[in-house]
Amino acid sequence: MNTSARSSNWQTRNKKNTRNLAIWTLAWVLTMALATLGPQLIWQEDTLYSVLAILLNILIGIGMIYANARHLRGLDEMQQRVQLQSMGITLGVGMVLGFAYSNLDIANVIATDAEISHLMMLMAITYMISLFIGLKRLS
Amino acid sequence: MKNKLKVLRAERNWTQADLANYLDVSRQTINAIEKGKFDPSLPLAFKIARLFTLKIEEVFEEQLD
Repeated sequence: MNTSARSSNWQTRNKKNTRNLAIWTLAWVLTMALATLGPQLIWQEDTLYSVLAILLNILIGIGMIYANARHLRGLDEMQQRVQLQSMGITLGVGMVLGFAYSNLDIANVIATDAEISHLMMLMAITYMISLFIGLKRLS
Repeated sequence: MKNKLKVLRAERNWTQADLANYLDVSRQTINAIEKGKFDPSLPLAFKIARLFTLKIEEVFEEQLD
């Protein structure tokens, strides 16, 4: 049985998918920074450039989503299950606490405005913790 | 579900990584199956049985509570 050839195929494909996802994510973060900071620091509030930067950010974001889907499809069934559970927990936590956070802002319970970035940070942390626990549980 | 994966693998002097490579899954998945923490899907279970040239019920055994 040609194990090494088969293993290198599967592992190489997974490594490539992971690397692609990392590159697309980095590109998305960079274009997000451009779209956020550009109006003030680079093109002095020129609407045309702002719209172009946001469109670029969306296009790169679509590429990132596609790379993520391909990465998930390449995982084995146990890894996919752990990912699914982590994403489910993240979605639930994000929705419940996100709306609660928004309500706190609407009811003026918190002094500052509710920021979408806080929700993103919460979801990222939830995802990482649930992924860690999910993998730890099966190891 | 109980299984004889660890025994079958040891009989052939295969590491978990070897078996993972044969089956196109991660080593962590083999470890979880061996420890009974993860039950493989039917296609993967058939693939495992085929690899060891055994019937599926000779590799996996239902665990009744």
